Amino acid sequence: MQKLADFKLPPFFNYPPYFTLQPVRDTREKQIQLWKELILDYCKSQKIFLIGVEDDFPLFSNSAIDRSLSHEAREAFLSAIVGEGRAEWLDKGHRKCLILWHRIQDWADMILQFVRDNGLEDSVMTVEEIRTGTESHGTELQGIDRTILMRALKLLENKGKLALFKGTSADDEGVKFSV
Amino acid sequence: MASGSSVGVGVLFENAEVTTSGRPVLRRNEVECFLLSSVDFDSEDDPPRFTALKSGNLILTTHRLIWIPSQSNGAVPSLIPLAAVTHIFSHKKSIKSMFHSPRIRFQADPGSIVVTIVFRGKGDFDGFLTKFWECWRGRAWEEEEKTESETSLSGSGTVAQGLYGNDGTVRMVGLAGILRKEQEQWESTDKSLQDAFQDLNALMSKAKEMVSLAEKMRQKLLSAPSSQNGLTDDEEMGSKEEMQQWMLSVGIISPVTKESAGALYHQELSRQLADFVRIPLEQAGGMISLTDMYYHFNRARGTELISPDDLWQACTLWEKFDVPVMLRKFDSGVMVIQNKSHSDEEVMSRIRMLVTKTETLRAGVTASDAALTLKIAPAMAKEHLLTAETKGLLCRDMSPDGLRFYFNLFPEIDPTNLHIVKDFGTYGVWVKATSMLSV
Repeated sequence: MQKLADFKLPPFFNYPPYFTLQPVRDTREKQIQLWKELILDYCKSQKIFLIGVEDDFPLFSNSAIDRSLSHEAREAFLSAIVGEGRAEWLDKGHRKCLILWHRIQDWADMILQFVRDNGLEDSVMTVEEIRTGTESHGTELQGIDRTILMRALKLLENKGKLALFKGTSADDEGVKFSV
Repeated sequence: MASGSSVGVGVLFENAEVTTSGRPVLRRNEVECFLLSSVDFDSEDDPPRFTALKSGNLILTTHRLIWIPSQSNGAVPSLIPLAAVTHIFSHKKSIKSMFHSPRIRFQADPGSIVVTIVFRGKGDFDGFLTKFWECWRGRAWEEEEKTESETSLSGSGTVAQGLYGNDGTVRMVGLAGILRKEQEQWESTDKSLQDAFQDLNALMSKAKEMVSLAEKMRQKLLSAPSSQNGLTDDEEMGSKEEMQQWMLSVGIISPVTKESAGALYHQELSRQLADFVRIPLEQAGGMISLTDMYYHFNRARGTELISPDDLWQACTLWEKFDVPVMLRKFDSGVMVIQNKSHSDEEVMSRIRMLVTKTETLRAGVTASDAALTLKIAPAMAKEHLLTAETKGLLCRDMSPDGLRFYFNLFPEIDPTNLHIVKDFGTYGVWVKATSMLSV
């Protein structure tokens, strides 16, 4: 079985037609489904939050069979993930795609859990600490993409679970929990 | 009027020889140029210089004006040689002439008698006038006289001396001879071209007759067969078929009915084609493109080639008959002829067998591979592969190496569990086949 880093690739990754955008509707729908699952799985396992369409994203080509996805195909598959709400385009030109292998809501829930687990119900923390602090080590929150984190925090703010405030510098944005 | 073309006329009107069915007997080299009905020959002089000829058919030839009475009123078929015509009056259209039947006046010898032709029937009067001038100017009778006089002089046996041979023709000697020869060749080419065009003109005027003849034939052939007159059905069918074949080979097409569906020509062609198509179709593996068939059919016919449009029309008529072949149009616009029994299922199963072989599971097929294996033309093979793709049997792989088709494994892969490979199914076979290659 092929591997990309420590990720086990499925057998169909070596199936040449997998890398050609299929014209027949039913076949294409199945193909899109498979790409969606594969991308999400891979991103989750490697903690990848961002995919650039032009980039050398490892899944987009397979040197063993000498095939790679065309630009059209890449956009088609990523758009399908966006359509399901598991990703977002960061620009109108569809060049950068934010991958939500956990939905924002899921991240928000995880933050709440994180707060409870660490007894931070009334505490204050910087945003950066949530991402990289010792409390987050070993949790899913470790290394979370900043954009995604902010979105999750804003979601919680709207629910009254916390308050965001600016610090002395951009890196110093802070959170006051009131869970 | 009582007969009287001979009274006091001398040789203005000669008697015309006619066959038992009333057609004029033409001389050698004489060609009919025009035919009009309801024509009178009048003398407008007072007193008239000749007895008028009323209500007959006027036939203009390269040599003569022939008048044949349309009713047996006692009048005699008559003619005036064009050689006797001395002048044709120009036809001025005036207000008066609009209300009268058209008429042409000309002068003829002996005696420079003015003759008026009155056209009481419908007909191409202007066309006739043009032809009249042409034939009169063409002076076809002079050529004949020259030929006749030449042949009468041959055989005298004396040795030719000087430039002129004993038969009156010019001998070809020396430089003068070469120049003369060239000149004569040019003249004779010119003459034969003129003759050819005259023949063509005559043919064109015949065409109308031919069309009406063809129509009568067609009506007769299409009428229900009956064996009242003692002909057995076989004989009658045989002669009918012969008639159809003859008409087809002569290329008689009734212009009026060719447009309408089921014209005899296309029907007949359609059946012929259905018979002919059988063998090339077998050789081509059950399906052949329309263009290939066009080539085969016309090659077999040799002459009397049919146009692509005729071929297509003939094919579209097949749905009206009970023939074992059909015309089929693919999405790409390609049109093919195929056996009705040759179903898509049959081709699909052959393709399925091809793409599930170990080698093709691994590497897929190109259109040319398929063409070789299925023994069909590459263009046909591609159409089949595309159809198979549309049906979900195959999927495609596009790369710098070209377009290839693989057995479609997508339906067998489970999106909820990407790593599962079922024991049954082609996916498993494919995994085994490809894993043998991986490092």
